[in-house]
Amino acid sequence: MPNNKQDFIDQQLQDLNNDGVDRRGFLKCMAWAGTGLVWTMSGGIPLSRAFAKTANRTAGKGADFTFVQISDSHIGFNKPANPDVTATLQTAINKINSMPHKPDFIIHTGDLSQLSKPSEFDTLDQVLKGASAQQIYLVPGEHDMLTDNGEQYLQRYGKGTKGAGWYSFDHKGVHFVGLVNVANLKAGGMGSLGHEQLEWLEDDLKGRSASTPIVLFAHIPLWTIYPDWGWGTDDSEQALSYVKRFGSVTVLNGHIHQIMQKIEGKVSFHTAMSTAFPQPAPGSAPSAGPMKVPADQLQRVLGITDVNYLVSGRSLAVVDSPLADSGSLPSGSAGAPLAVIDSSHG
Amino acid sequence: MIRNRVCIANAAAPVMIAMLLLFAGSSSVTASDQPSAGTADVKIDNFVFGPQTITVPVGATVTWTNKDDIPHTAVSTDGLFKSKVMDTDEKFSYTFSKAGTYSYYCSVHPKMTGKVVVQ
Repeated sequence: MPNNKQDFIDQQLQDLNNDGVDRRGFLKCMAWAGTGLVWTMSGGIPLSRAFAKTANRTAGKGADFTFVQISDSHIGFNKPANPDVTATLQTAINKINSMPHKPDFIIHTGDLSQLSKPSEFDTLDQVLKGASAQQIYLVPGEHDMLTDNGEQYLQRYGKGTKGAGWYSFDHKGVHFVGLVNVANLKAGGMGSLGHEQLEWLEDDLKGRSASTPIVLFAHIPLWTIYPDWGWGTDDSEQALSYVKRFGSVTVLNGHIHQIMQKIEGKVSFHTAMSTAFPQPAPGSAPSAGPMKVPADQLQRVLGITDVNYLVSGRSLAVVDSPLADSGSLPSGSAGAPLAVIDSSHG
Repeated sequence: MIRNRVCIANAAAPVMIAMLLLFAGSSSVTASDQPSAGTADVKIDNFVFGPQTITVPVGATVTWTNKDDIPHTAVSTDGLFKSKVMDTDEKFSYTFSKAGTYSYYCSVHPKMTGKVVVQ
C-alpha cells in the first residue's frame, strides 16, 4: 500500500495499461459532490490539482496561471440531501482562499441558484465576495432561468455578453468561451446551443491560430453522457466541429453533479462536482435528482478533485479526496473513487 | 281515503316543483356539462409526469402537483399554457375548454413530457 498520496498517484500511473479503462474511453468517476477543481495552464495544456496542496508535482512547474472551476451551487436548495448549500459553498471558497497559489479567476458553470430567486442570487454574490479571486466568470444553468427566461441572470451577470449570456475572453494567451445551453429548451430534447449562438461561436473562433489553447465552458455537458436524463447537448456536434482544428481544447461542464471525463483527439471533456449535493451515476437510480447520504457523511462526500496531467507521460491521473480530512487515501472502494485515463492518442 | 291521497299528492307537487327550481337555480351546471367534468390530477415525481397521458372531459381542470425534490414546470408545446415554476408540493392548474390533444413538457428538464387528451 502506498504511504502517501504522491506514491499512490505514481503507482496508478504505472498501472495505466492495467486499469481496465479503454484508451480514449469513456470514463466514470463516481458521484461525490465536491467543492471545486483547480486547473493550471502549463504550455497550453490544462492540468488540475488539489486545493490546499502545494504543487510538488512536475505538472506544477512552469505553470502560467491557475483558475478554479466550481459548479452547481444551487443556492436556495434546502432538502435533506443538503440542508445548507450556502455553507458548503462557503467551504469551497475557503478552500480556494487557503490555496498557496491564488487562482487568477473562478469559473462557475451554472445552477447558481435553485429557483432563480433574487435572494438566492444575492446570497451567492455575498459568498463570492469573500473569495480571494475576485474575477468570476459565470454561465447560467437551467435553474437560473426559471422565472423570467433568464432576464434576472442577464441583469446581474450578463454585462458584455450576447444573447442568453454567451461571451469569450482571452487570458494569458488562452481563449475562453462561455456558452449557454439552457435557454429555449425544446420538448423531449437535451441541452441546446441554438443557431444564433453557433453562428457567433464560429465567427468568434475564426482566424485564431490553431495553437491557441481553447477552453469552452457551459452548464450542461457538451457531449452525450446519458440522454434519458438529458445529460447532453443536442447541437454540440456543430460547436465541436468549430474547435476541431485547434491543438488543445478543454471543455468544462457541470449539471450532473459528478465527475466524468472523456478525451477525444485533442479535446478533453470534464464535468465538475457540485458544491451543493451529489447526484447518482447514470441509470443507477430512478431519476437524476439529489442523492441523499447520511448527515454525518455529507462532509465526506463533499470532496475535491485532484487531476494531474503529466505532459511527459501524456497521462492523466484523477484522485478524489473527501472534504473531511480523514488522512486516508482513496482506496478504490465505493467511497473513494479513482480513475485513470490514458490520454495518449493517435 | 282517496280524497286524502289526492290532497297529499296535490300538496306534494308544488313542493317538488319548488325543489327542482331550487336545484336548477343554485347550480352552474349547464346542459352540456357532464357531472364528472371536475378535476384530474397529475403527480410529478422522479422526473416523471404521472400519468404521462391523461384523458379528461371538456371543461375539466387538470392540477399538476410536484412531489419531487426538484422544481419542475408544465408548459404546453403549442403555447396554450405555461406554469410558473413549481417547487416541492406546489401546484399548477389549467382548465381545458376545448377538445383536443395537448402535449406538454417540463421546460427545466425537457426530457419530461406528457399529454392531456380532452374529449
